[in-house]
Amino acid sequence: MSLLLENIRKTYRQPEGGRLPVLGIDQFQLQRGEQAALIGSSGGGKTTLLNIIAGILTPDSGRVVIDGRDIVAMPEVVRDRYRAARIGIVFQTFNLLPAFTALENVMLGMTFSGRGVDQSFARDLLQKVGLGHRLHHSPKRLSVGEQQRVAVARSLANKPVLLLADEPTANVDPANQQLILDLIRDSCREHNVSLLLVTHSMEAAASFQRIERLQDFNRPELCAPERSA
Amino acid sequence: MSLLKIAWKNILQRRVASLLTSLSIGLGVMLMVLVLVIAGAVETAFTQRSIGYDLIVGPKGSDLQLVLSAVYRVQPPIENLPYMYLEQIQKDRRVVAAIPLAFGDVTQQGSFPIVGTTAQFFENDYMPGRKFRFRGGRITALFDAIIGSEVARTNGWDLNSKFSILHGGAQGSLHDELFTVVAVLAPTGTANDRTVFLNLQGFYAIEGHEKPIDEVEKRLRDFYAADPQRLNSALQQLQDYRQRRAANPDVPEGLAMDSPPAMQEVTAILVKTRPATPFDAISLSSELQKGFQAMAVNPIRPIQRFMASVVGNIQKALVVLTAIIILVSGVGIFVSIYNSMVDRRREIGVMRALGAGRHHVFGIILAEASLLCLGGAAGGWLAGHSLAILASPWVIQQTGLLIDPWAVNSIEAILFPALGLLGILVGFLPALTAYRTDVAEALSS
Repeated sequence: MSLLLENIRKTYRQPEGGRLPVLGIDQFQLQRGEQAALIGSSGGGKTTLLNIIAGILTPDSGRVVIDGRDIVAMPEVVRDRYRAARIGIVFQTFNLLPAFTALENVMLGMTFSGRGVDQSFARDLLQKVGLGHRLHHSPKRLSVGEQQRVAVARSLANKPVLLLADEPTANVDPANQQLILDLIRDSCREHNVSLLLVTHSMEAAASFQRIERLQDFNRPELCAPERSA
Repeated sequence: MSLLKIAWKNILQRRVASLLTSLSIGLGVMLMVLVLVIAGAVETAFTQRSIGYDLIVGPKGSDLQLVLSAVYRVQPPIENLPYMYLEQIQKDRRVVAAIPLAFGDVTQQGSFPIVGTTAQFFENDYMPGRKFRFRGGRITALFDAIIGSEVARTNGWDLNSKFSILHGGAQGSLHDELFTVVAVLAPTGTANDRTVFLNLQGFYAIEGHEKPIDEVEKRLRDFYAADPQRLNSALQQLQDYRQRRAANPDVPEGLAMDSPPAMQEVTAILVKTRPATPFDAISLSSELQKGFQAMAVNPIRPIQRFMASVVGNIQKALVVLTAIIILVSGVGIFVSIYNSMVDRRREIGVMRALGAGRHHVFGIILAEASLLCLGGAAGGWLAGHSLAILASPWVIQQTGLLIDPWAVNSIEAILFPALGLLGILVGFLPALTAYRTDVAEALSS
């Protein structure tokens, strides 16, 4: 199993005092190589959930088990390195670092995993996403679609077990949306990576066999009353 | 990809701001290097451990002026001593060598000091263990000259070049005699490099260098007031000379080949005492101080005093000033990086999301600040020394200071570690900001 969420509770402190319950998930899982689309409305907790799965946020309680290890229980330093090694992330706004070329952006993904930088693999990844001729171009010299393809290559740089894609086609023109989506899905299939794609667009989720609606399994009211008071 | 490379890429990303902040550090370092190079040249020039002599004997007056004029040739002479006094010192059993120097004139071209001396001057070490090396021959004729390397370089003189000299300094009248270069000294790194040496007898023979007999008599009476025996001997020589001149009025004045020692004077005497008995110099010095109108000074002490009281403090003040400039530039780097942190919040969030730990982003920002400081320091250091190379001919010409543009001061050795530390200090707060960045918030910003 690639991902297992158990008894996840997450609240946010409110400016006026008290806490706002956001996530109350008893269980959610994703098998190795499985691809799922998670649909939710804006402000429904999708990004919070992705951040918790990525170990960027910690839940108030619960377990996030990735590739057999509970990342919530890990010290932050270990969690950071585990994230680098096991989880790939594709952001809605690509988030390529402007100071680095396409190739360097992909290698940057390898830098913090502790496994060393494999430049030839980074080149291969960019070749596969059709950017072999743009290795040394800076992000500002790439089109929006090309930037997202670099981001996809970067997310796969450490051969992760799980890829989290947060609205990856939201900023891409309609002509490129399906291309990007196919690229992500094909790449995950090729590397046997589980995929959790978060979107608010039914259109983007339509091609997935497994489609989950966040509101179907998220019950914020499960958060402890004293926490949500 | 190393953190250093990531830091370097970030610097290149903001190249204009980075260049300007680094440049400000570089300018500060360049100023400091220039101050240190010049201070080093001053120090080297004026604190030679030894000049190869134990005492400098000259007329009573300022000991500093005596050393500056006789050794460094940057001050006019105080007055003259009777030549007979030189003979008296040469006879002392404690003295190994007593070498006369007669000076006060300068070359017409370049205003280099003229020193009349004897061949013994070149036979002695100019510094302990260092002997003069020549290109050319020896002084054989009355108006032959040996020139220092800097004189040759600046004036474009070589063997057989001919030159004239001015009496009593750059504003003086032109002597008629024409001198010929017979040898060029190899560089010594001392004032000898910018000195023209004449045969002492040739110096006396220059028209106008012989003083009127009455004036000489008066000076001798003053000088030997406490030594009637020597005074009488000197006055007798003058009397004989006066009679000879009266008998031969056609002999032109100045060609004083037949003038007695009483008519001749020296400006200073370089004295070397017996090496096995170091107290000779002290006892001789205190004896010479007691009588007559002369003094004997240790060539090092007045300079050390001068360096400590004046030059040293000026140097310290300039070094502190340039250090403050560098610190202010460091604050500039702090402001530049700190201001950029707002724009870079999302980038830091992305790096953290890619697995960078807090310590990674902290290290990257520190490395950026250190690279800016050290890069500026390296550029400033090179610029400072390069400028010293370019300026050294001008400085030598203007001041006589022999600059070694690549001489590294001990302060420079700590400059780079200090600037690395400055980089860490100015980068600390921005790095802490990066360390504390909330990744989720940064990504959603």
